[in-house]
Amino acid sequence: MNKKIRVLIAKPGLDGHDRGAKIVARALRNAGMEVIYTGLHQTAEMIVETAIQEDVDVIGLSLLSGAHMTLFTDVTKLLKEKNIEDIIVLGGGIIPEQDIPKLKKEGITGVFGPGTHTEEIIEFIHKNVKS
Amino acid sequence: MNEIAANVLKGEPRSIARLISYAENGDVKASKAMKEIHFSTGKAHVVGITGVMGGGKSTLICEITREFRKKGKKVGIIAIDPTSPFSGGALLGDRVRMMELTMDKGVFIRSMGTRGMLGGLTSAVYDVVEILDASGKDIILIETVGVGQAEVDVIKIADTTLVVLVPGLGDSIQAIKAGVMEIADIFIINKADKSGVDQTVAEVESLVDLECSNKERRTPVIKTIAKENNGITEVINRIEEHKKYLKISKEFDIKRKKRYEAELVEIIRKRLMNFIFDESKFKDGIELLIDQIYNKEIDPYSAADKILGKILK
Ligand SMILES: Nc1nc2c(ncn2[C@@H]2O[C@H](COP(=O)(O)OP(=O)(O)OP(=O)(O)O)[C@@H](O)[C@H]2O)c(=O)[nH]1
Ligand SMILES: [Mg+2]
Repeated sequence: MNKKIRVLIAKPGLDGHDRGAKIVARALRNAGMEVIYTGLHQTAEMIVETAIQEDVDVIGLSLLSGAHMTLFTDVTKLLKEKNIEDIIVLGGGIIPEQDIPKLKKEGITGVFGPGTHTEEIIEFIHKNVKS
Repeated sequence: MNEIAANVLKGEPRSIARLISYAENGDVKASKAMKEIHFSTGKAHVVGITGVMGGGKSTLICEITREFRKKGKKVGIIAIDPTSPFSGGALLGDRVRMMELTMDKGVFIRSMGTRGMLGGLTSAVYDVVEILDASGKDIILIETVGVGQAEVDVIKIADTTLVVLVPGLGDSIQAIKAGVMEIADIFIINKADKSGVDQTVAEVESLVDLECSNKERRTPVIKTIAKENNGITEVINRIEEHKKYLKISKEFDIKRKKRYEAELVEIIRKRLMNFIFDESKFKDGIELLIDQIYNKEIDPYSAADKILGKILK
């Protein structure tokens, strides 16, 4: 058996920068993971559909604008609706401190602010994905 | 019937996706289901798309798929990107060009890393073709990693092979030298909006003249602008034409048998490799032998005899 961790990196919403997302994608690739990158402007439905087809272990959502709360939770709600329980969802980007507990309550297992070292994310994934 | 196999036959996406993962990971759960689904396969037409890096393969696949969808065909897509030999990880980015297919229930897309296979494919690709075929897809499109040296293994699995080149001589001629001339059933000169197209088309045509002078079928050369959905219906027509040609000329049977040969060899190869290199009793033995080779106590050939002697009794 040779299982590799598969991660979907997606950017929901309308902001046009994916530099941060690409840096994370590259770091995860260098840590031995298979990273599916889908580009900008993804809807929650597209993200969940892609996650299903690609059978990923992790969805990493990246966002720069303030609209993270609804966009992030749209994804976790949809996963719940479809009874998908074996995918963990991470959020990254500019997220106000006070929103973090609420996001975690909504099923965003890990939240990573702008200064996060990519090692932290890699460690978090290794700890939380069951092999 | 095995539950996951039954759900794959129904076309259920989550089961398709999961079985692909099992096959890719060499999970024991895969072989049980794979054994059952084989008897529901053989209907899908398999199209391989190879060619120069960045030539527009993914964009073409998106447009070709949209065209087949208009005809009511269900489409499976396997998009292969290279696995890093250093980390074992991979960046799988072909979906970026196929975004508009995501919500179409008649399309299933899977991105895969090569996971150490050379030749432009990945070892599990045979399994994935069987799974998508069994799930009811009419057309299966396989995007190989870009051609650099000899990534021509796609002909082992594809019924129809498209080779994508672009205007400007350097890369395309390099690709032809590397052996894509022989594998092409259809040549596509994409990015026909760029200057130098006609020269590239003429070059390729003259090479086709040489290659096909004593053949029944002449490899067509088609100009496309994938980004603008230009020339795609011609590509579809040529795929259909080639499919008919395969059936009439009996080449179809030969191709399919070659595919099953490659698949069988791959299954045996994987099992033997696992047996020798992953089973702990051999693993320890191999480490010991490596030490002995290093210390000049034994030579590598005799060491290999020792390992193989245990298997080939
Ligand atoms: N000018 C022009 N650009 C195109 C055309 N088709 C695709 N492109 C662009 O070419 C670039 C590469 O396209 P892809 O479809 O990703 O090419 P690819 O062969 O799949 O690339 P790799 O998978 O990385 O080898 C993208 O920026 C496309 O928008 C075309 O007909 N004309
Ligand atoms: Mg591509």
